[in-house]
Amino acid sequence: MSASAVHSLWTTAAAAADPIAKIDAPKIEYGQLSPTLIVVGAAIVGVLVEAFVPRKHRYYAQLFVSVVALVAGFAAVVALAADGYGTTKAGIVAMGAIAVDGPALFLQGTILLASLVGLFTFAERRLDPEAHGNRVDSFAAQAASVPGSDSEKAAVKAGFTTTEVFPLLLFAVAGMLIFPAANDLLTFFIALEVLSLPLYLLCALARRKRLMSQEAAVKYFLLGAFASAFTLFGIALLYGYAGSVSYATIAQVVDGTVKNVDPALADTMGNDALLLIGTAMIVMGLLFKVGAVPFHMWTPDVYQGAPTPVTGFMAAATKVAAFGALLRILYVVLPGLRWDWRPVMWGVAVVTMLGGAIVAITQTDIKRLLAYSSIAHAGFILAGVIATTPDGVSSVLFYLAAYSFVTIGAFAVVTLVRDAGGEATHLSKWAGLGRRSPLVAAVFAVFLLAFAGIPLTSGFTGKFAVFSAAAEGGAAPLVVVGVISSAIAAFFYIRVIVLMFFSEPRPEGPTVAVPSPLTTAAIGMGVVVTLVLGVAPQYFLDLANQAGVFVR
Amino acid sequence: MNPVNYLYLAALLFTIGATGVLIRRNAIVVFMCIELMLNACNLTLVAFSRMHGNLDGQIIAFFTMVVAAAEVVVGLAIIVSLFRSRHSASVDDASLMKL
Repeated sequence: MSASAVHSLWTTAAAAADPIAKIDAPKIEYGQLSPTLIVVGAAIVGVLVEAFVPRKHRYYAQLFVSVVALVAGFAAVVALAADGYGTTKAGIVAMGAIAVDGPALFLQGTILLASLVGLFTFAERRLDPEAHGNRVDSFAAQAASVPGSDSEKAAVKAGFTTTEVFPLLLFAVAGMLIFPAANDLLTFFIALEVLSLPLYLLCALARRKRLMSQEAAVKYFLLGAFASAFTLFGIALLYGYAGSVSYATIAQVVDGTVKNVDPALADTMGNDALLLIGTAMIVMGLLFKVGAVPFHMWTPDVYQGAPTPVTGFMAAATKVAAFGALLRILYVVLPGLRWDWRPVMWGVAVVTMLGGAIVAITQTDIKRLLAYSSIAHAGFILAGVIATTPDGVSSVLFYLAAYSFVTIGAFAVVTLVRDAGGEATHLSKWAGLGRRSPLVAAVFAVFLLAFAGIPLTSGFTGKFAVFSAAAEGGAAPLVVVGVISSAIAAFFYIRVIVLMFFSEPRPEGPTVAVPSPLTTAAIGMGVVVTLVLGVAPQYFLDLANQAGVFVR
Repeated sequence: MNPVNYLYLAALLFTIGATGVLIRRNAIVVFMCIELMLNACNLTLVAFSRMHGNLDGQIIAFFTMVVAAAEVVVGLAIIVSLFRSRHSASVDDASLMKL
């Protein structure tokens, strides 16, 4: 393209008549974007609450705003789905930036419900003993004070709490809502950052074991920023390949069905290196977010160091959002390239399933164990992604919904088992828990059985759906590997159950804190969803089936 | 000048940044290397924007700058809090949790 032609892009001849009138105002479909807009609006209200509401009332104000926002957002998603925006009226909104279709609405509903349950665990204030007459939650009194310093003691004594966690959670949720619905690469990247940045901060805010928490945040931040730099370079290369950031246009260029080919596009279209390296880098960033081997190294450290409510929220909601975005990238943008990405994803799925399950056996910390289990689960979900059939999409949607509630519930149980130093996460301390607190141990056993995929739990239904979709999609060997690694994983889940119920309690063992209705509701919701999706999953499977079609 | 040369330059900068992340010990330096990678992405986007003659790439470059600024705010907050409690910003010293 000549220099003058390029120049004419941002300058205009003086004689041109009324250039202002040529700019069309963008058309924004506020109704169809309402779930995200409600959450973003509430997050901004939350920031204002921090600025203007007296310290004593902030916790209640923030909790109220957050609960209302998440419930209203979920109601908006249900209303949109009931109006048919998930099926017949599915379409692209906001000038091509966001897709409102079945998978997007299903995942947004899942994220909002999971975040609501996660929010309950954030707001729990009865587990730690009262400090100077003030109820405290799991977050640092003042994040800026050095651990163990006088300023920290003063902050605890004054009864400070980090109520900023609520707006941070809402901002992260807003990013997660956009992430699986993004329909161009710019929106995709911004959503990725909007969901990541609050999570980095939340990881650093633990009240107990603050050094570990800060270390987890630094590791998560540096590796996360590294991964998003790769993603951005991938975006740049794909943009260079296709000359556009819109998913639909890139898909057309990849398929070779694009209509107007100018010389510059003809030049870059012929360069497969741009396409392949760009794809690899974007997928790499997404695999980092879902914690797939070999991009999983951050997962155990961050899950262990972060405050447990944050770990539960992060493990559930981030995975849902990132798998949603991965599905859309692979199924909408790059279906023409599936013979290239499928073998790679095969390999990633196999090492993720086996790696997660095998390394989990050697773990002695319950949070690390759950982290490795989440890696193995990422592998199972990848098996559904590889299917490249409509069943593959709906089985992944169902698995994500089932998995997120089990995860939040399991981490909520971890917050209950405590000793003098906070949560007792070492496995040896869990010995004999079933004799001392049968109910808590039984609930945790239900979650572990769901992770293991035992029939009558949601884990079994999800695994069955994913593996049968993979088998139909021609990935039978993958199913064999999946079943083997499920068996390996079952070993360490059962080992924890045996440890809880069939070994003697230790004399100086941990106590089980009596939670407020908030955590009780979170755990109860986890158990109910686990059992309902395990015993009577048909309605939800149908829902996921209806939701399994992407708009392009 | 042929815009492809800028792509080579950007790829070189990106590689330098990635290498720096992998071999440097100081968290601040690692973070600066990540910023270098982001700026290499910006250069790539702007060069492709020039080649294709549309403005999408330049728009993304602006967004990337905003994202990078937000990342600096969050990242420095986390790194400074780690430094104040340990008196070290070395990523090797942060090893409370191991396999």
